[in-house]
Amino acid sequence: MAAVNLRVNGSLHPIDTDDPGMPLLYALRNDLGLHGPKFGCGLGQCGACTVLMDGQAIRSCQVTIRAAQNRDITTLEGLGAPENLHSVQAAFVAEQAAQCGYCTNGMIMSTVALLAKTPKPTEAQVRTALAGNLCRCGSHIRVLRAVMRAANAGGPSHG
Amino acid sequence: MGEITIARREFLKTGGALVVGFALIPYAALGQTAAAGKSLAADQVDSFLVIGRDGGVTLYSGKVDIGTGTRAAYRQIVAEELDVPVQRIAMIEGDTALCPDQGGTGGSTGIVNGGMQIRQAAATARQALLALASTRLSVGSGDLRVSDGVVRSADGRSIGYGELIPASAGTGSHFDVELNAKAPLKNPDTYQYVGQPLARPDLPAKMTGRHAYMQDFRIPGMLHARVIRPHAVGATLTNVDEGSIAGIPGARVIRIKNFVAVVAGHEWDAIRAARALKLQWTGGGGLPGSERVHAAIRTTEVARDEQLIRTGDTDTALRNAARKFTASYEWPAQSHASMGPSCAVADYRPGSLTVWSSSQGTHGLRRNLARDLGIPAEQVRVVYMDGAGSYGGNGSDDAAADAALISRALQQPVRVQWMREDEHAYDPKGPPQLLDLKAALDANGNIAAWETEAWLPENTPNLRSRPLLAFLAAGIPQPVGQSVAQVQGNAYPSYDLPNMTATVHWLKTTPLRPSNLRAPGKPGNSYAVECFIDELAAAAKRDPLEFRLAHLKDQTGIAILKRIAERMNWQARPSPNPARSRGAESLGRGVAYVHYKHTDNRLGLGIEVAVNRNTGTIRVTRAVCVYEAGLMINPDAVRAQVEGNILQAISRTLHEEVQFDQNGVTSTDWRSYPILTFPEVPALEVELIGSVHDKPLGAGEAASAPVPAAVGNAVFDAIGVRLRKAPLTATRVRDGLAGQT
Repeated sequence: MAAVNLRVNGSLHPIDTDDPGMPLLYALRNDLGLHGPKFGCGLGQCGACTVLMDGQAIRSCQVTIRAAQNRDITTLEGLGAPENLHSVQAAFVAEQAAQCGYCTNGMIMSTVALLAKTPKPTEAQVRTALAGNLCRCGSHIRVLRAVMRAANAGGPSHG
Repeated sequence: MGEITIARREFLKTGGALVVGFALIPYAALGQTAAAGKSLAADQVDSFLVIGRDGGVTLYSGKVDIGTGTRAAYRQIVAEELDVPVQRIAMIEGDTALCPDQGGTGGSTGIVNGGMQIRQAAATARQALLALASTRLSVGSGDLRVSDGVVRSADGRSIGYGELIPASAGTGSHFDVELNAKAPLKNPDTYQYVGQPLARPDLPAKMTGRHAYMQDFRIPGMLHARVIRPHAVGATLTNVDEGSIAGIPGARVIRIKNFVAVVAGHEWDAIRAARALKLQWTGGGGLPGSERVHAAIRTTEVARDEQLIRTGDTDTALRNAARKFTASYEWPAQSHASMGPSCAVADYRPGSLTVWSSSQGTHGLRRNLARDLGIPAEQVRVVYMDGAGSYGGNGSDDAAADAALISRALQQPVRVQWMREDEHAYDPKGPPQLLDLKAALDANGNIAAWETEAWLPENTPNLRSRPLLAFLAAGIPQPVGQSVAQVQGNAYPSYDLPNMTATVHWLKTTPLRPSNLRAPGKPGNSYAVECFIDELAAAAKRDPLEFRLAHLKDQTGIAILKRIAERMNWQARPSPNPARSRGAESLGRGVAYVHYKHTDNRLGLGIEVAVNRNTGTIRVTRAVCVYEAGLMINPDAVRAQVEGNILQAISRTLHEEVQFDQNGVTSTDWRSYPILTFPEVPALEVELIGSVHDKPLGAGEAASAPVPAAVGNAVFDAIGVRLRKAPLTATRVRDGLAGQT
């Protein structure tokens, strides 16, 4: 067993594994108990497993733990908590922008990455940024409103 | 690990109402608590509601919140009828040891059935609490007032609900009172909670990764499992090469006849083992394939015919009419396509089976597991946990059977999660549909006669639930047949036509194992019916919206269509659109009207599209829905359901077709089975009709029904091509345009 060190939400975690080719998603969910990122397809097609790696939104089912070493990983849990919501999370709550909520992790993480680069996106830019995040319940309209609300809330996001 | 102990009820006679104390028994390994000895009978108030000594209320609901917002709405109902603050109401859903069996969740019946039961339970409980307070305060109950869970007399004395529970009654108490169907209800004019857009209580946790979904649930000592399905449906397993996974830590094979699974301590090891395991299969297959599934339907054995409606004399009217029309419409097999593959955890040990599942019907699943595994039902407990949205029977119950079977084999707790390809291939499908339509126009261009012949899979008589995959493969006897829900709905127009017949040829079989999928049958049937109405309007050279109004007597329906015309600035003219081109794109508008199931919601949908004549791509640019909702407990949740159904149905209309060959499903990911993406989402306008004085009508799934036809009609308006086969893919648009010239 070799240990792979992951830096997640600001702390360092050794992961014991014989397979450094394991996708990051399984280390987050099973070794670290971080259930924000969800398994949706394992194919990089749906976006449910999205996390931030050095500020970029990536599909954690497509990145191995070996490749994630020495990078800054942020999960949904690292943004905010129910009593201390990140501005994007707060906007999603305000717009009631989920039904089952299974895809929500990816929506929020992709939005945080978008707003870091493009703080005042047009709705068309938001649609493009979220094109790889699938939602089956049909919450799209509310998600778009939530992203625009978060952008208009303006300022640097806390968390 | 803790066992669930059912304690004896202690009966305490108190002030005219029987109050029952119950013990809180910890399910030690989970840190959960289970209220043992609690009533589950659907006619008992205490099956639904428990009042704590602190005045807090716990609602036990057999119906579950699968993402629709009933978790908020049920609390609103209880808060209203019981006069307690909504924040003081906790809720437990779908735990078969704690919650009454209110039937499965589905069909937009959560409020119509489940909610109204809960309302009556809360009203009965309020009456019982008032009777207790009346005795305690020596005041007639007519002179008592309640607000925020406190009963007050005219002379200023007060007593809280919690104080009405005697000290000897244990940590929580409930009433041994029969649910009174006549218990007085609040006057809707005084509603404080019902009718308000209460925020859903589960969203802050869901938005922060703190909400425990089924897929997140773990118990100590649990193994991870993956089930390996055959390369061809119904194939026989001839060889398992266990050596092929020898290098994977802790991985082992479980085989029961044709059921084969791998387990490991770590999930990734189970996945690796499932991929590495070498298996040999023989036989199976024999499916018609998606390319010729509708041709195959015409030669499928028919169990029986059923006449859905017969008015006037259709045969004579068709024979005598000057202008006759026929068309066939085809609707494909579709998947629930849940975002998260199905998952379950099972803990089998001698004398008990506990299963955690996102089943939409935990009580039904419990009965099935008990029956098929030969375990007394009282030893089986199914605990609901939120999964990814399911929109009907997806793979959740199958995953539960997988987990139960493996846990029984290993005598250890087991977690099964399907992979993406499992969910796409093996979730039970919304079945393919075929409708032949005939109609005639009279000399005035009105519909003189209508005939529907629909080919739809039957519900096997007396089959309560669909067969479960694991038990089929393992050779465990279970009732066989198919279960598809009421797929015949809206197979004829929602208009007043003088001569109309509709017949269903109930098919004995359908190629892929079916189940109920969102608004079962109705989107496909309405697609055929409401597109054919449009064909008749076009043949009569009449405006399609006015043509509908001319055949409609229902005043609500007329108002709905007129409202759509107003919102869309609808210009009366026949289709196709004479001035439709904008570069490579042609613009069109379409409308559809449905009286859902001919008994429930009336609704209309207007759609605008832009069709690219070179690529064949359809862009739905605008959707305008006017929807009769009746009583809305939580109007924002109703709106979310209507929005979601429209967008999901646009996805089904434009993209979704389960592709399969003779062996099985070949569209096993999001590329081969695409769904709607953000750039494709139209502007969406939803207008809800209803008041607190109405009856609830079901929130949501009705809105799926008119979507395919409204889109198809808008496409015809744009390019003059009538697409009679769904989904309306770019290829089919291009083929249609090519056929025009």
